[in-house]
Amino acid sequence: MADVMELNYTVSNEDFTRAGEASSDVKKKLKQLGVSPDAIRKVAIALYEGEINMIIHAYGGKIKVTISEDAITLILADKGPGIADVEKAMQAGYSTAPDKVRSLGFGAGMGLPNMKKNSDEMDIKTELGVGTTVTMVIRF
Amino acid sequence: MTVNDIIDLLECEAIAGKDHLDNEVKTACGSDMMSDVLAFAKTQCVLLTGLCNPQVIRTAEMMDIVAIIFVRGKKPDATMIEMADELGLPILTTYHRMFSSCGLLYENGLRGGIIDG
Repeated sequence: MADVMELNYTVSNEDFTRAGEASSDVKKKLKQLGVSPDAIRKVAIALYEGEINMIIHAYGGKIKVTISEDAITLILADKGPGIADVEKAMQAGYSTAPDKVRSLGFGAGMGLPNMKKNSDEMDIKTELGVGTTVTMVIRF
Repeated sequence: MTVNDIIDLLECEAIAGKDHLDNEVKTACGSDMMSDVLAFAKTQCVLLTGLCNPQVIRTAEMMDIVAIIFVRGKKPDATMIEMADELGLPILTTYHRMFSSCGLLYENGLRGGIIDG
């Protein structure tokens, strides 16, 4: 079947104002493909949260989006500092974001829990000093 | 309620997305913290905020927000207006404070959506 589509993005951490460009593009493409609004909303939220995280914590990274017949897989890979305590990071309200980020409206400690809430499967692979890869699957 | 009704109630100026002021509004969300908007906003929702940066527009885009209302006289810059126009997303500005803006909308029948824990 030829229904599998792959999209790749590089997230730069140089300009916070540009955060969300990849999520915006993915959202537009899913709309064009006629994916259900509910699934689009979940992908948009999960990916945007992930993109913001990459910029806040990990100096940017790479995003790979795979669209198949029945699911969308989002893989966000960075070469950032890694997550010291994944269990804590998954708790709503726990944040290590600097004050500067909070003044921009982020860093409430809701990112990872919200990514999990909006995906059917989520997996975090992280190593201190090496980087983090978050994989999320959203089914139709 | 429509976006146009909100313009009347809060004495707003519409500065972007002017072709979409007839859009229907079902709920409202008031927050300066975009993290919380991403976690709690409902569908067909207007966003009231005093935070004024491009990520407010991005957040609204991801959440399918019907209109953004900048309270306390906050004015978005040209980049933000351009982003919103491209998205067909109305931006309103009002000199009312956050509490008064929310109160006026609530008084006129708008609600915040159900609490789902």
